[in-house]
Amino acid sequence: MTIGLTHYLVLSAILFSIGLYGVLAKRNAVIILMCIELMLNAVNVTMVAFSRYVVPVMLTGQVFAIFVIVVAAAEVAVGLAIVLAVYRGLEDIDISKINLLKW
Amino acid sequence: MGLAIAFWIQAAVAVVAALGVVFLQNVFRTALSLILCFLMVAGLYITLSADFLAAVQILIYVGAISVLIILAIMMTREVQHGNPGSRFQMPALIVALLFLEVMVLTLINTPWPVSSASPTAPTTPALANMLFGEGGYLLVVEIAAVLLLSAILGAIVIAREK
Repeated sequence: MTIGLTHYLVLSAILFSIGLYGVLAKRNAVIILMCIELMLNAVNVTMVAFSRYVVPVMLTGQVFAIFVIVVAAAEVAVGLAIVLAVYRGLEDIDISKINLLKW
Repeated sequence: MGLAIAFWIQAAVAVVAALGVVFLQNVFRTALSLILCFLMVAGLYITLSADFLAAVQILIYVGAISVLIILAIMMTREVQHGNPGSRFQMPALIVALLFLEVMVLTLINTPWPVSSASPTAPTTPALANMLFGEGGYLLVVEIAAVLLLSAILGAIVIAREK
C-alpha cells in the first residue's frame, strides 16, 4: 500500500485533535502552550503534504509552513513570558485559578 | 516501500508522543514527549521531500522552542503539581473526537487533485527563489523579521523583573 496525500492529512488531523483536546482539557498554562505548538505542527504537516502532492514543483506550502514556524516562535516566546509574569504575580499558573479578568 | 515503512513508524511514534503530551502526569516528561513528537514530524518532512523544512524543524522546534518550554517549566516549579485536567475534560474529549471525525471523513472523501510530477529534489534553492526572488514573498519575509523583533522586545518587557 503506497503512502498518499490522505495518509498525511489524516495523521495531521489526529495530531491536531490531540492538541485540541489538550488545550481544552488541561489546567497547566505551559502544557496548554505545548498543545498549541502540537496543533501548529499538525497544520504544518498538512501544508507540506499538500505542497508535496498537489503542487510538487512550486513549494508554496513549504513557504507557508516557514511563516507558520516564524509566527509559532513569536507566539511561544511571548506566551511563555506571559506565563512567567503571571507566575511571578500569582505564584500559580493553574488557569482555573487565574480569573482576575472574570466579570 | 522504505518510504511507507518510515511513514508508518514515524506516524505511530508521533501519535503516541502526542498522546503522551496530553496524558503523562510528570510535566517534564510531557516536554520530552513533545520533543519526540517534533522529531518525528521532522522525519515526516523528510519523507515528504522537504529537506530544508526538516532542518528548520529540528533547529527551531527541537532546539529552541523545547528549550524555552523546559525553561518555563523549571522557572514555574510546576513539576510538583503534575498535569491536572480541568472541569471540561469530558466536553473537551467529545469536541476533539467530533472534530476528528468530521475532518477524517472530509479528508478521505474529497477527491484531491494529486499531481504525479516528481518533487523538487533539493528544496533550499527553490525556497530561496520563492522567498527572495522576483514576484516572491519578500514583503512577507520583511514583516516576519519585524514580527520576530517585536516578539523579542515584548517577551523581554513582559518577563522583566520590575
